[in-house]
Amino acid sequence: MFFNGGLLKYCGSNRCSEKRVTAVAISNDGQYVCFADKFGVVWVVDLRELDESQASANKKAAPLLAHYCSIITSLEFSPDGQFVVSADRDFKIRVTVFPKKPLDGAHEIQSFCLGHTEFVSCLTFICTLEYPQGFLVSGSGDSTVRLWDITSGSLLDTCEVGVKAGHLVSEGSGEGHSTVTDLSTIQDSQLVAVAIQRQVSSVICALQGILILSCNISAQTLYFAKVVSIKGENFIPTSLGSSSSVGLLWMVTGVSNVPGFDYSSLSRVKVISGFNKNSADSVENEPTVLEDNDIPGGMELLKKLQGSVCVEEKVFLAAAEAVKTSMCNLLIKKQYSSEKREFRKRTRNDRKIKQ
Amino acid sequence: MLEKETNPNFNKSTGLPRKRFYRARAHSNPLSDAHFPVPVSPSHVEYSLHYPHFFPSSDQMNDSKKIQFADIGCGFGGLLISLSTLFPETLMIGMELRDKVSEYVKERISALRVSNPGQYQNISVVRTNSMKYIPNYLEKGQLTKMFFLFPDPHFKEKNHRRRVISPHLLDEYAYVLGIGGIIYTITDVEELGDWMKSCLESHPMFEPLTEEELEADPVVKLLSCATEEGQKVARNGGQTFQAVFRRIVPTS
Repeated sequence: MFFNGGLLKYCGSNRCSEKRVTAVAISNDGQYVCFADKFGVVWVVDLRELDESQASANKKAAPLLAHYCSIITSLEFSPDGQFVVSADRDFKIRVTVFPKKPLDGAHEIQSFCLGHTEFVSCLTFICTLEYPQGFLVSGSGDSTVRLWDITSGSLLDTCEVGVKAGHLVSEGSGEGHSTVTDLSTIQDSQLVAVAIQRQVSSVICALQGILILSCNISAQTLYFAKVVSIKGENFIPTSLGSSSSVGLLWMVTGVSNVPGFDYSSLSRVKVISGFNKNSADSVENEPTVLEDNDIPGGMELLKKLQGSVCVEEKVFLAAAEAVKTSMCNLLIKKQYSSEKREFRKRTRNDRKIKQ
Repeated sequence: MLEKETNPNFNKSTGLPRKRFYRARAHSNPLSDAHFPVPVSPSHVEYSLHYPHFFPSSDQMNDSKKIQFADIGCGFGGLLISLSTLFPETLMIGMELRDKVSEYVKERISALRVSNPGQYQNISVVRTNSMKYIPNYLEKGQLTKMFFLFPDPHFKEKNHRRRVISPHLLDEYAYVLGIGGIIYTITDVEELGDWMKSCLESHPMFEPLTEEELEADPVVKLLSCATEEGQKVARNGGQTFQAVFRRIVPTS
């Protein structure tokens, strides 16, 4: 979800950001790169300019737009390239007209998509031949996935995936809290894959699988289609992505071993196949999780993607636990009691003298 | 009424709240995560609570009438009260971050409504951080006038991003202002006056009003004399710096 370094690297040139980078998007014509920093400012870099003069490669990126002091969680271009959409932790999704001269800033706001009651975590677009401008789909910490019309900013449909996930995780009885961590549209279909973290009293009991939602574009509705369950592993889905041509869904999950190998990996990559290209619901085709050996690129690619470290079993388990807690801390906006807030005010460090 | 007479926070003869009981620090940090309710979207703003005279019941929506004036950082509400009688049919909202001050304005408006029946029904106040939550209260192109009177100057360069007029926030103000809508700013701090003017001048969606237009606008005269802060400046013989701009369609 978050990038580790504040360094953007492409075309053999580096672009430094003063603040931590939280989201990146590339314009559809491949001409501009936008990135958002931790302070809510979206910056833009012109790639053409970069090719022309390497000397100016260290020039600072230009500010494009800003959310007032809120962490931007996701950044996307609309399929027609007309708008840039940014989501933040203050429950907002802002749709801005992407200008002809983006280096001068994007000043015209098309709409705000308001309706989420927790931070917005991820964005994706669904588009078909009949609706090339597409519809926006967003996931949030309020355990819903919502469908939006970005030109007017109106909410078209809400899908309560948290309730669904709650039913599926039987042990998670009682008050649970679900968070949508990532979304991905499956190419050439009207399906959206949804990764969910479910938390019951500060313990994550992840849903062992990925939810698939189906979108009926003409009726403008979003509904639950099925769940693809993933068995037997320490499964914490953090990131989803679909490949453009072959109908595969790639996902990154928490720390785990590739079975049969004596090295541990930093993360785990899995692939789901079997999404039927041309049917809207594709219920007749059951999606399946590919065996590691069947993944295009095979074991070699997996090794590369997952990285490898030599660690003891014990350290490894501790790391797995740490991934869980950090995911947990990352997603939940902290609520402080009034006494604690008073205490924090007294000990705030911005009053201390800089050394 | 009986209850009010026993309340020491209210002036016995006028029934208005007494300002000395609503003292608050002059500055408030707009960057902190405050804890107050915010409507999910502009359609969730309860007009019947704010303007019971115009919206008698909550289920009966009067779509034709919307808030048209917004006083950002309304302080003790002097401008709202002057504007209320000048534009009696226009709905106005004041936005104030300081809890106590917004409470004072609320009490002041309800006391004025009681003592002047039929008047002051078109003004109301909310406690909110307008820098963060303006899109939650106001729709696209809804406003015709927006006021920023004597905002916190935030002198230090480190704190410039806390200023209520900034290049990025102007994008949001341009979004809620309709075409031809007017943004009024005034300050007694020259440095801030220059800053606000240069922000507005370099923004492609705003143009300055001409001298004649400023002369003809009755609201401009109120800027320096209607608010408590403005009266204080006048009392001390201080200078004020205005910038009044119109929202235009950007020429691209």
